[in-house]
Amino acid sequence: MAATPKPRVKVPKTAKAGEVIVLKTLISHEMESGQRKDKEGKVIPRKIINKFTCELNGQLVFSADIDPAISANPYLEFSARVPESGTFKFTWVDDDGSIYTDEQKIEVR
Amino acid sequence: MNRNSVLAAAFVGLALATGGVTSAFADPVDDKLVIDGVEMTTKTKAPEGHPFDEVLSGWLFREAETRATEADSFANPGMLAVERGAEIWNAVDGTAGKSCASCHNDAAETMKGIGANYPKWDEASKKPINIELQIDKCRTENMGAEAYKFDAPDQVALATYIKHQSLGVPVKLDLAAGDMQSWWDKGKETYYTRTGQLNFACASCHEASMGKYIRADHLSQGQANGFPTYRFNTGGMVSLHNRFRGCIRDTRAEFPKAFSDELMALEVYVTWRGTGLSVETPAVRQ
Repeated sequence: MAATPKPRVKVPKTAKAGEVIVLKTLISHEMESGQRKDKEGKVIPRKIINKFTCELNGQLVFSADIDPAISANPYLEFSARVPESGTFKFTWVDDDGSIYTDEQKIEVR
Repeated sequence: MNRNSVLAAAFVGLALATGGVTSAFADPVDDKLVIDGVEMTTKTKAPEGHPFDEVLSGWLFREAETRATEADSFANPGMLAVERGAEIWNAVDGTAGKSCASCHNDAAETMKGIGANYPKWDEASKKPINIELQIDKCRTENMGAEAYKFDAPDQVALATYIKHQSLGVPVKLDLAAGDMQSWWDKGKETYYTRTGQLNFACASCHEASMGKYIRADHLSQGQANGFPTYRFNTGGMVSLHNRFRGCIRDTRAEFPKAFSDELMALEVYVTWRGTGLSVETPAVRQ
């Protein structure tokens, strides 16, 4: 799966004010650790997602620094309290500088 | 620590170690697999002529975390292949300017239950064909496209997508069609034939030693109902013929080509051994 990494997120569409919700994220990514060698014995360069953040209306909700021990297609699940309606923005930072993002709206009733 | 307590500690260590040895047989778990609200059949009465009383899905033999990953279709990384497969399904390829969807429309309707009945007898080639070969047949005969190379990522993704449409449908082969029965016989012979420097048959691990540990690995019945499968050890999808070849390689034998007559016969027989189990594609394994 060396294709362009594709993020997926699962966020409830609605929540009550102040409710704690569960957010699930997964991105397709090879997470090459930099520890492996190819057939010629050359080190395969490290290429991983090294940082993940989640913001709600620009305010940081959750972030994680990711290291090479994390397996391919990293799955992150966390919970957050939602005070107001808005947009969750999810960001994955690749070693090569690429940034992958996804956004999901949530409505607080 | 005085000398006696060192000795006592050593005994405790020994006791623990023997405890490990005696528990080398671990029963498959008694658990229910529910995916997106649909309960899978992971345990069912074996068909007539089967060496076991009950056929068991490999899911029952895996760690709790692995089982949970399969049960959650969002967390299941195999669903990435399903999504990729859906893209291929709708993408035009070949000289005829067709996609799979041009003829088969919405896979959710037209492919429902289809994957549970493969391998199927193919009258034209007088052989059983599996999903991968059926895809190639469509591509070469109807789409004017090239057959996939074995285990090309698109082949695996499309096969995964098509089989996923049968999620929860019980595996059932039509052995009365054409010469299926003689291929079943051939597959059975292969299943019980010892091979390689280690002198193992399929049955050595998946029948005689089912439920035991081979080093850290809990031996299952070696069922085919979850293929193509997402495996954590490679972080990717593994097709059935890839798995066959991997198993045969591990016995230190020369392994046959994918989709060769030998492995197709084995697919017919092994799939039959899982009759009644739900299609779990994409299953999640270690």
